[in-house]
Amino acid sequence: MSTLEADVGGLAPAWTGAHRWKRIRHFVGSHPLFVIGLTVFLVIVVAALAAPWIATHDPLAIKFSEKLQAPSAEHYLGTDSMGRDIFSRVLYGARTSLMVGVVVVGLAIGIGLPMGLLAAYFGGRIDTTMMRIADVFLAFPPLLLPIAITAAIGAGLFHAMVALAISWFPWYARIMRSSVLRVKSELYVSAARAMGVNHTNVMIRHAVPNALTPVVVQGSLDFGYVILAAASLSFIGIGAQPPDIEWGLMAAAERAKFLDFPWTVLCPGLAIFVTVLAVNLVGDGIRDLLDPKHQEFK
Amino acid sequence: MYRYIAQRLLLLVVTLIGVATITFFLSRVLPGSPVEMMIGFHPTAEQIAAAKKELGLDQPLHRQYVRFVSEAIRGDFGISLRTKQPVVEEIGRRSLATIELTLLTTLLLVVVGVPIGVISAVHSNSPVDHTVRTLSIAGVAFPVFIVGMLLQMLFYGKLGWLPLQGRLSSEVYLDHPFDRVTGMFLIDTLLARDYVAFRDAAAHIVLPLATLTLVTLPLVTRITRNLMMEVLQEDYVRTALAYGMPRRVVYYRYALKAMLIPLMTVVGLTLGFLLGGSVVVEFVFDWPGLGGYVARSIAASDFPAAVGVTLVLASAYLTVNLVVDLLYFVADPRLRRA
Repeated sequence: MSTLEADVGGLAPAWTGAHRWKRIRHFVGSHPLFVIGLTVFLVIVVAALAAPWIATHDPLAIKFSEKLQAPSAEHYLGTDSMGRDIFSRVLYGARTSLMVGVVVVGLAIGIGLPMGLLAAYFGGRIDTTMMRIADVFLAFPPLLLPIAITAAIGAGLFHAMVALAISWFPWYARIMRSSVLRVKSELYVSAARAMGVNHTNVMIRHAVPNALTPVVVQGSLDFGYVILAAASLSFIGIGAQPPDIEWGLMAAAERAKFLDFPWTVLCPGLAIFVTVLAVNLVGDGIRDLLDPKHQEFK
Repeated sequence: MYRYIAQRLLLLVVTLIGVATITFFLSRVLPGSPVEMMIGFHPTAEQIAAAKKELGLDQPLHRQYVRFVSEAIRGDFGISLRTKQPVVEEIGRRSLATIELTLLTTLLLVVVGVPIGVISAVHSNSPVDHTVRTLSIAGVAFPVFIVGMLLQMLFYGKLGWLPLQGRLSSEVYLDHPFDRVTGMFLIDTLLARDYVAFRDAAAHIVLPLATLTLVTLPLVTRITRNLMMEVLQEDYVRTALAYGMPRRVVYYRYALKAMLIPLMTVVGLTLGFLLGGSVVVEFVFDWPGLGGYVARSIAASDFPAAVGVTLVLASAYLTVNLVVDLLYFVADPRLRRA
């Protein structure tokens, strides 16, 4: 049984065979923003993967004789204060940002999901302990927790990713917990237990797949915020460090002269905006698709 | 009610100790120890030993921990590695700049964001509503620093109306010595009746204020809209409208009053976003507050300063939210009896 079928419950038959395609077609037709977002996002993913072939220059090659050139046929987006080609750097920057998003959300789910699962499945003292730990993290103001953690472990892209994952995992623990609590009371879980299936198997084969939908939805919604937060950390100098190629860092490096050479800052800035917007539109779409009960903005 | 307050105070203390614990253990467990940060690359063995002794790192871990937490609770965050001054004093000198900025932003958000949210909810699915929602979807995708830099390009670079950064022009700073009564320049200059300095301070705060407001506005508007939509479903709203009461009275007097408590929560939580956002905004505009200070401290591996500021900011956030929760009792008389 797939995750989708379980979550929509009574609507499950609609997701099989021809009906599934009909429903997806209907969804795509009625969610133009989702389609636009997905298209842009896929273009960005392809561009990031194919960066070595698309890039016109070596993104790290410094050439002071060509510094701060305006966009031209030779340098599509101009050059920065060290004569590096901004178009190539924006392309490689996409790799960093997408990687950060995947790693941070993956890591946060990797920590939060087992915590929420154990807390909900066993309840009692395990539940209380795990959720109090999560509460301490949740009590912290959003961007400030990653900043505090980076303060403790030092600047750097890897540290910033760890910091972001640590500040994001409690949300997944919470969501997974409430989702598993709901699944736990379902008949098939009690039936599996009654038939003598052990706890590990019940959790992994029955509870997890059926409780996963809200986690997937939250993950897709968080992806964009993580990219934004990572860019902000890099911008203020506590995330990516040279020679990392990161959009926030690119903007920060050109801060001294950006009024005279606006493209040096606007290009990476626009790249962040377009990526995050596309990701958010996809996330909203996935939420509407998987969580039809969601009524916000209706 | 008193039991609830006591519980909340206890939770506040527990959370703060938890936060201190997390930062402590992370800094010891993960690579990049405070010693490395303090003395930089390629130190000699004697340098390491001396630095460890100075930081108390030659002690066993549990004793280090107790010392760190007990000193932090007393507000002693040690000496800044970068400036060699007590971190507490450095925080004291900078905190009012941050308070001035975040307070004004909060005020602006309530005055601008809440009405937009209400209008968007009342006219849901109208062109106004769609515009607001589209703008807020686009708005949350903008990085804070790009918003700030775009405003700088426009209002300083192109139009030349506003200063680029800082809190006062250097001429005003030298020629207009007003008393730092509150530490908030907008108030201090007015108290000193120094209108030249006031105008200068006001011109300097406009762009940081606008940036911080713009990036938080989508959040406030969206939450207000959703809250208002819920209230509009209530029976008493429908009844009042059915009786033919003027719409404005129903929306702004009855519905908004019912929103007061959730709205206060929103304001409290928004402060969290503001504190995070202010770090970036202060960095962009060289605003001499805690946010820019903590960013520079981390970049310079100044461990005591960075941890001290983040703990102070976290306590401020937690305290404000505690106060907000306690204000429920003021706003809603029914809670007082519980």
